Amino acid sequence: MEAIVVEDVYFSYDGVPALRGVSLTVRSGEVLAIMGENGAGKTTLIKHFNGLLKPEKGRVLVFGIDTREASVAQLARRVGVVFQNPDHQLFAESVEEEVLFAMKNMGLPLDVARERCEQVLKLMGLEKHRHRSPYSLSVGERKRLAIAAVLGYGPDIVVLDEPTAGQDFLNKCKIGGVIAALKAEGRGIVIVTHDVEFAAQVADRVALMAGGRIVRVGPAHEVLTDEEAIREVRLLSPQVPCTACMLRERGITLTNTPLLPGELYLELVRLLRRQAMR
Amino acid sequence: MRLVELRGVSFRYAGGDDYAIREVDFSAGSGEYVLLVGPSGCGKSTLLRVLNGLIPHFYEGEFSGEAYVAGLDVRETPTHVLARHVGMVFQDPENQLFLSSVEREIAFGLENLGLPRAEIRRRVEEVLRLFGLEELRHRAPYELSGGQQQKVAIASVMALEPEVLVLDEPTANLDPLSALEVLSLVAELAREKGVLVILVEHRLELALRFATRLVAMEKGRIVADGEPREVLEQVSRLVGCPPVVITYKLLKSRGLALEGPPLTPEEFVDSLVRGWEAWRR
Ligand SMILES: Nc1ncnc2c1ncn2[C@@H]1O[C@H](COP(=O)(O)OP(=O)(O)OP(=O)(O)O)[C@@H](O)[C@H]1O
Ligand SMILES: Nc1ncnc2c1ncn2[C@@H]1O[C@H](COP(=O)(O)OP(=O)(O)OP(=O)(O)O)[C@@H](O)[C@H]1O
Ligand SMILES: [Mg+2]
Ligand SMILES: [Mg+2]
Repeated sequence: MEAIVVEDVYFSYDGVPALRGVSLTVRSGEVLAIMGENGAGKTTLIKHFNGLLKPEKGRVLVFGIDTREASVAQLARRVGVVFQNPDHQLFAESVEEEVLFAMKNMGLPLDVARERCEQVLKLMGLEKHRHRSPYSLSVGERKRLAIAAVLGYGPDIVVLDEPTAGQDFLNKCKIGGVIAALKAEGRGIVIVTHDVEFAAQVADRVALMAGGRIVRVGPAHEVLTDEEAIREVRLLSPQVPCTACMLRERGITLTNTPLLPGELYLELVRLLRRQAMR
Repeated sequence: MRLVELRGVSFRYAGGDDYAIREVDFSAGSGEYVLLVGPSGCGKSTLLRVLNGLIPHFYEGEFSGEAYVAGLDVRETPTHVLARHVGMVFQDPENQLFLSSVEREIAFGLENLGLPRAEIRRRVEEVLRLFGLEELRHRAPYELSGGQQQKVAIASVMALEPEVLVLDEPTANLDPLSALEVLSLVAELAREKGVLVILVEHRLELALRFATRLVAMEKGRIVADGEPREVLEQVSRLVGCPPVVITYKLLKSRGLALEGPPLTPEEFVDSLVRGWEAWRR
């Protein structure tokens, strides 16, 4: 289902254009990754999803409602955003209260809220810090707290700006798991990320941005193995398709271009078997 | 004594339930490119804060052990003196930037060092160019994207040309090509100017290729320290494996062994091409 529809949106900061005619659809039950060079306009774009910024031209519809006609508070019930810098949204005295606050705001009964708070703190590995001040947490912990707060109140669309920045391997896996679970519940997930390997693992669709425009959008496998498009937006190919491409130059040509390690492994084994039979 | 030397350093934040770092022994000399890794919350930033004296001078808590940087006892040296030797890029760039323009931000540290004006101008221009920030020179930091802010933070520290360059996840918000460019600029400083680089990074697929040494921490302690490839094998449960290493392991588990583990796709392809003929037989 189409949850957010962006139609030919333009936006500029004091006359300096940051979005130049962006059209994009966010669907429920799907993970969309927005990627591209620094300054491309990714953060500016997602700030339009919850009405924090309003288009100068074009429009943004959130479940059919034009963001110009709704307040940020109304939109926040449907669209939860975790910002690139979590410090912009942490304000409570303790980790626990940070998570409880949004839920209370949405009118969840306190006992339900407490139970969910427990769950999401555990999920993000923060339960032992529950009474600490958010500001005394490490940077990675602060980001996970901002994610926990949004997970807690369960909006239909979850937007994560650089969710894996500053996260170690295990927490990255956890965040990947959380994204998969949200998708299984039928929610829509948007991630903005520079982490091509993470996008390869979790994204269904990828949109590439440069200079305030979307230059490519399509199925993740297709976009992330398209070397030219990737290079154009200053990303690096994920390691697996990059390996496949270099192998081809060295005379080892795989049948399908793999994106993930398991796929590369299978392609290699298959090719070996075929060559051995000859 | 080496350029950086920590002996049995422990620290507990006032209000923290537990020690953030414990009995850390670590030393490094000029020209090294040390990559420091470990799970979120294991104490990496805390360790770095000892190197520029924020711990124990600004953060309250219990400090024990000995720490020396450029021969100076960190416990007895004011931070502004340590700052002449150690340049530190913090993990959250935005909180490090506070002036009205990119240009002023970069010049600020240089003015504090008391450098002559012409030299300040020269260095400002040089890093603006190196980091592709010329067009943004008059912008205020809050008018920049996340990655642009991070570049300014790194540029303003590199302009200081410190003997010890400490970077706390400097590429977290950079697009991959910019990240590689920054990490290789830093590697050049280590190689050509003998700067000691201490880098915290989770993006191993980008950083590993530059490191001359890999140090891994867990729960406040250093648990492995040495040649990157060897340490990587020991601590893969903590830091994970890049996709090429996962593929390498999958092949190995099927009896298709290669030299390795590979640090980059290039290395992996080289060893695959070498192994291929043998496997076909
Ligand atoms: N508050 C602001 N005032 C003026 N210009 C801004 C402001 N915020 C962003 N910009 C500019 O708008 C452009 C798009 O910025 P945006 O933050 O959307 O980029 P981004 O794609 O999220 O980049 P990054 O990957 O670095 O986070 C950039 O050129 C940036 O300098
Ligand atoms: N000011 C503080 N007061 C109390 N505890 C703190 C403070 N700063 C950090 N801590 C705690 O000390 C431990 C180590 O924190 P540190 O910031 O060194 O971790 P880190 O390895 O850099 O993590 P990350 O990768 O998330 O940045 C964490 O458990 C953190 O919550
Ligand atoms: Mg951004
Ligand atoms: Mg840290």
